[in-house]
Amino acid sequence: MAESITGRIHSLESFGAVDGPGVRFVVFMQGCPLRCRFCHNPDTWATRDGEEISAAALVQKILGYKNFIKKGGVTLSGGEPLLQPAFAAEVLRLCRENGLHTAVDTSGCIPLKTAKPVIDAADMLLLDIKDIDTEDAKNLTGRGNEDALEILRYCEQIGRRVWIRHVLLPGYTLQAEKLERLAAFLSGFTCIEKVELLPFHKMGEYKWEELGEAYTLADTPVPTLEEVEAAREIIRRHGLSLHQ
Amino acid sequence: MAFEYTAFQGEKWKRDINVRDFIVSNYTPYDGDDSFLAPPTERTLALWEQVKTLMEKERQAGGVLDIDTHNISTVTAHAPGYIDPSLEQIVGLQTDAPLKRAIMPFGGIRMVRTSLQAYGREMDPEVENVFKYRKTHNDGVFDAYTDDMKKARHSGIITGLPDAYGRGRIIGDYRRIALYGIDYLIAQKKKAKEEMVFDIVDSPLIRQREEISEQIRALESIRQMAAAYGYDISGPAQDVREAIQWTYFGYLAAVKDQNGAAMSLGRVSTFLDIYAERDLKEGRYTESQIQEFVDHFVMKLRMVRFLRTPAYDELFSGDPTWVTESLGGMCTDGRHMVTKMSFRFLHTLTNLGPAPEPNLTILWSPRLPENFKRFCAKQSIATSSIQYENDELMRPSFGDDYGIACCVSAMRIGKQMQFFGARANLAKALLYALNGGRDEKSGEQIAPVTRPVTGDVLDYADVMEKFDQTCEWLSKLYINTLNIIHYMHDKYCYEKVQMALHDEEILRTSACGLAGLSVVVDSLSAIKYAKVKPIRNETGLIVDFEIEGDYPKYGNNDDRVDEIAISLVQNFMEKLCKHRTYRESIPTMSILTITSNVVYGKKTGSTPDGRKAGEPFAPGANPMHGRDSNGCIASMKSVAKLPYEFSEDGISYTFSIVPSALGKVENEKEENLVTLLDGYFTDGGHHINVNVLNREVLEDAMEHPEKYPQLTIRVSGYAVNFIKLTREQQLDVIHRTFHTRF
Repeated sequence: MAESITGRIHSLESFGAVDGPGVRFVVFMQGCPLRCRFCHNPDTWATRDGEEISAAALVQKILGYKNFIKKGGVTLSGGEPLLQPAFAAEVLRLCRENGLHTAVDTSGCIPLKTAKPVIDAADMLLLDIKDIDTEDAKNLTGRGNEDALEILRYCEQIGRRVWIRHVLLPGYTLQAEKLERLAAFLSGFTCIEKVELLPFHKMGEYKWEELGEAYTLADTPVPTLEEVEAAREIIRRHGLSLHQ
Repeated sequence: MAFEYTAFQGEKWKRDINVRDFIVSNYTPYDGDDSFLAPPTERTLALWEQVKTLMEKERQAGGVLDIDTHNISTVTAHAPGYIDPSLEQIVGLQTDAPLKRAIMPFGGIRMVRTSLQAYGREMDPEVENVFKYRKTHNDGVFDAYTDDMKKARHSGIITGLPDAYGRGRIIGDYRRIALYGIDYLIAQKKKAKEEMVFDIVDSPLIRQREEISEQIRALESIRQMAAAYGYDISGPAQDVREAIQWTYFGYLAAVKDQNGAAMSLGRVSTFLDIYAERDLKEGRYTESQIQEFVDHFVMKLRMVRFLRTPAYDELFSGDPTWVTESLGGMCTDGRHMVTKMSFRFLHTLTNLGPAPEPNLTILWSPRLPENFKRFCAKQSIATSSIQYENDELMRPSFGDDYGIACCVSAMRIGKQMQFFGARANLAKALLYALNGGRDEKSGEQIAPVTRPVTGDVLDYADVMEKFDQTCEWLSKLYINTLNIIHYMHDKYCYEKVQMALHDEEILRTSACGLAGLSVVVDSLSAIKYAKVKPIRNETGLIVDFEIEGDYPKYGNNDDRVDEIAISLVQNFMEKLCKHRTYRESIPTMSILTITSNVVYGKKTGSTPDGRKAGEPFAPGANPMHGRDSNGCIASMKSVAKLPYEFSEDGISYTFSIVPSALGKVENEKEENLVTLLDGYFTDGGHHINVNVLNREVLEDAMEHPEKYPQLTIRVSGYAVNFIKLTREQQLDVIHRTFHTRF
């Protein structure tokens, strides 16, 4: 095998049915600059953990699954895939070269000039801008939303297909007024094909304990069905299509 | 013989018995969707309500509603039975009342005695008296067993052998009765017997002449039984209702004659569709009437019951009968064989709700029509009652008129049968190899004395050499044991009804099986890639292991360990082939445990993969619970690598996924399931059970069985009513890997 750029991955999921269109092979990349309070994969944060693998070897593995993913594709998730831009871009390039559809599941928290090669190499983005207000985003994740918004504008400019993912977190993002502004903002982008609302859940809480990290949402309730429906209604009202 | 219905095409089937030619010359492939299907009629709903009430009473009575302890079951031993004659469109029960079980002692009177005891019933003195003079299959087997065989059976290295009960796994071509009528079938058998006169009259010939005489009498008795229900089945069926009824009479006769471990139906739906299409065209019946016949037929199939012992239930839990019906598949001429009748059979899961029986089996090909694939996926997601098998893999060996016996065993209908051989416990064999032939639990010497492993760390090459020797011994003992069993079964418990619906010259296989695949494979991988230290007790017997370091595990699409699995399968099969078999049968092998993975685990000590003594094995060819960590496709790919050519009796894989992991919305879930099936079978997978369930539902069903009378789940090779499983097995199912994502 030819020399190839390497990166760090956390794990692989051979059957992803909820990370982009169709059946997808999902690469969970290691390392994330954000510290989202609701994160269910905190074990992907540390940049030094995980397993090192070359882009070529990874894509070789992925190609073994071609019979399953030829109608779906490959999704780079994490962790934050944009944190390893050269590696991510190379994986995407090799996948596309082999006829596979590619998606990047990202929070867009990396400056555009660094992230650009990855976005250029992907067929679509699953983008989570976390919070429409940058100060609140900072409180929720440790960083503001400026980079994410710039990436979204770039996608609009080059016509890159985007699905917005947005976590509904009671007391944070689950506020009618916030959702109204978010929806109004998103409805101005033609590159956005769908919005996917993800109700907050605590299934990752045990991982925080394992890592010895303080979980600040232990007392936060999960959204009720009514609250989720109300949020969906706001998105719909702004002419955006909902995923599911 | 003249056939009145000229509307049917084809020549060969009119000259000779040839159901396949009739089907291929007349069937109408259906490419459409499920919108034509009819809901249940009032009559169906009323009748099913009565059946459900009976089944609930059966459950409350501890699993058995009633037993006829007096009449030894034969095709004509019982007066006609009905559920409600004013509603039933298809008639016939095993005894004179619904869900009343019959005694079938020819496999073994002991099993009848134990079963009666278990359900608090007395053995009828008259029946007891008969068997003072009449020997059973079970008696014959034990007269011939060697000491080695008894020891292997007792220690559990070979388990589930059909030496005390009917072997089953034989599919009569029940369609022949509908197509030709009894008269023609008898005439053909008589002709065959007349022609069977050779210069040398030796035992095989004598046996065959006797068998054909038995078959002729069996056909006569089917006619009598049908007559008691008011039907003359001497001639061919004239419409779809008769075709279903005639076919069912054949099947019913079989389940009155034999308490076989698996009593499969075969491949009747596309055959029956030919009659249905003609009736629809000629205005004889409406779609709703035809669905009603199918619903009532399926209701009968759901009511087949056998009297079995608690020990048997522990092995094969949930009162299974394996009324397997194979649907779909491709024709060798390139057309698919999906018909409206394939949809109607699957639609019974909606009209009557989910159920384990009949064991609906889709013969899958990526070339099947998309609408049918989607419908299968939809029914799987809604009911978890369907299994899938790879038609592309089986058709080259079995043609396009094969069916599945039991769970995964393909056979040409009416042209092939198998000598069912349950399975050998290879995990135990590995422990015998390490312990010089002594049983790891009892310390008893079971296999020939060999040098046990020495030293503090297991050495891969040394273990492999010893394991190979043990397998050599085991395969020979195994085949010889089967030879005795099937010799005696032919002699004392011959399947005259089912064999009357076969050709005279048939292919026989000796169907061996192996249990503990993933345990052995992971154990060998641990020995090869990690450091495994044996822990010995005071007598020097290795009773546990300590593992240092990690090792690649089967189920992650990792060639380092998957290669071990491949060569294990190939090696054991090659060993089986070395030995001489009864009746020139061809050895085959399956990797299938049904629910017996729990009992095998219980009987097996700690293994080098880290599994502790008593813990269940994974079912069939599944990876061990929780060790497949790269998602379900990686797991499927590992299983799909197992070489079917060395395990032609089937490779079973059970797949459970929570609904939300399959996709967000219904049509997406269906599409994704179709993608998974297409991918798995394109990669060479043989069989897959699909469960789409939440673990919480199962947990609730354990606590409140009355709320889930029809909750069905697929286990290795068949489906069961979840609430009929033993608590241990319920826990095993719940602990298995459920593929999930959040």
